[in-house]
Amino acid sequence: MSSEWPLWEIFIRGQHGLNHRHVGSLHAPDAEMAVKHARDVYTRRNEGVSIWVVPSAAITASSPSEKGPLFEPSNSKVYRPPTFFDIPEEVGKM
Amino acid sequence: MYAQMVKSEATNEDPEKLAAFQARIDAGEKIEPKEWMPEGYRKTLIRQIGQHAHSEIVGQLPEGNWITRAPTLERMAILLAKVQDEAGHGLYLYCAAETLGVSRDELTEALLSGKMKYSSIFNYPTLNWADIGAVGWLVDGAAIMNQVPLQRTSFGPYSRAMIRICKEESFHQRQGYDIMMKMAQGTPEQKAMAQDALNRFWYPSLMMFGPSDKDSVHSAQSMAWKIKINTNDELRQKFVDQTVPQAEYLGLTIPDPELRWNEEKGGYDFSEPDWSEFFEVIKGNGPCNAERMEARQKAWDDGAWFREGLMAHARKRAAAKVAAE
Ligand SMILES: [Fe+2]
Ligand SMILES: [Fe+2]
Repeated sequence: MSSEWPLWEIFIRGQHGLNHRHVGSLHAPDAEMAVKHARDVYTRRNEGVSIWVVPSAAITASSPSEKGPLFEPSNSKVYRPPTFFDIPEEVGKM
Repeated sequence: MYAQMVKSEATNEDPEKLAAFQARIDAGEKIEPKEWMPEGYRKTLIRQIGQHAHSEIVGQLPEGNWITRAPTLERMAILLAKVQDEAGHGLYLYCAAETLGVSRDELTEALLSGKMKYSSIFNYPTLNWADIGAVGWLVDGAAIMNQVPLQRTSFGPYSRAMIRICKEESFHQRQGYDIMMKMAQGTPEQKAMAQDALNRFWYPSLMMFGPSDKDSVHSAQSMAWKIKINTNDELRQKFVDQTVPQAEYLGLTIPDPELRWNEEKGGYDFSEPDWSEFFEVIKGNGPCNAERMEARQKAWDDGAWFREGLMAHARKRAAAKVAAE
C-alpha cells in the first residue's frame, strides 16, 4: 500500500478581520498534522493568526472550458457598477 | 542555476492549439494546472521545477553541516532558520510540480535514482565557518539573480512559489554577507579564512548559471514559453557586476587576474569557470556527490517507518471516528 501522505490545501487568515486566503498546499497524514505542518511551512514570519486545512480531494473546481458560459454573462451587465448612473451634482452625496 | 541545463521537450500537437497557447503566454497570461498546455511545456516544467526543488532540499546539507558548530548561539539560531527556509522552498516547489501530474514520491525516487539532478554547487564541501558566510553571500546571491525574474514565469503555481521564495531569500544573502563582514574585519587569520572561502566558492558560483546557452535550442523554446527569462550569460554578468563591489567593501580579492571593468559594455570582463570541472560534477564526480546522495537515501529509508506509521495511525483514527458515529 502506498504510504504517500494525502495532499491538503492551506488557507491562512493573515490578520484579524481578513478572510482566510489560499496560500498553497502540503502533504500530511491527517488534519491535525496538516495544521502543524502548515504552521511550519506557511507562517514562519508571522503571516497568520488562523489556519484552515482542507483535503485537496474535497475541492470541486469549475472547469477551464466553462469559463465562457460561467463568467461572460456578467460582462453585459454594465448597470451593476454604480458609475453606470449619472446623478446630478445638486443631489449631493449618494 | 538551481535548475541547470534543463532540456526542453519537443512538442507535436495541433498547430492551432499551440498558436493559441503561445498567444496567451505572449499576452502575459498565467497558465494554470487544469488548463490545456503542450506536453513539452508540461514535461519541461516538471523537470525544471523538480530540479529546483531537489536543489533546495540537497542544499540544506552543506549548511546543516555547521548548525551545531556555529560560533555563537545567535549565529546558530539564524543558520537554523535559514536552513528551515530552504526546506520550505523545496516544499513550495514540489507542490508546484505536483500540480502538473507527478507525485511527490515519484520526484523523490527520480532524485535518488539519479534520473533527476540538483544544482552542481551543492556538491562542494563547507570546510569551515567562513564557508557558511560565502554560501549565503554567493550561492544565495546567485540564486536570487535567477529567481527574481522567474517570479514572472508563465506557469501560475511556479510563479507564486517563486514570489514566496524571493521574499525570504534576501535574509539568506544578508546573513551570509554579515558573516563575511565579521570575518573580514576580524584577526588576520579570520580574514584569510574569508579570502580562502571566496577563492573556493567563486568559480563554482559562476557555474551555477550553467554554460553559455545563447545558441541553445532548448533555451530558445523555454524562453518563448517564459519558463526561462534570461540567458545564462546575462545572469552571470549581472551577478559579477553586483558582487565585485561587495568583495571590494570586504577588502577581499576576487580570484580572477583577468577581472577588470569594461567601460564600453558597462560591466566587468571576467574569466569563465573551468567547464570540464562543471561537467564532471554534474556527472556525479564532484567532491561531495556521493555523500549528498547517501544522506538523501538514508533520510528516505530511515523515515519510511515514520511515514507509514503516521499514515496507519491516521487510518485507524478515521475508522474509529466512523464507527463512533
Ligand atoms: Fe532557497
Ligand atoms: Fe536561500
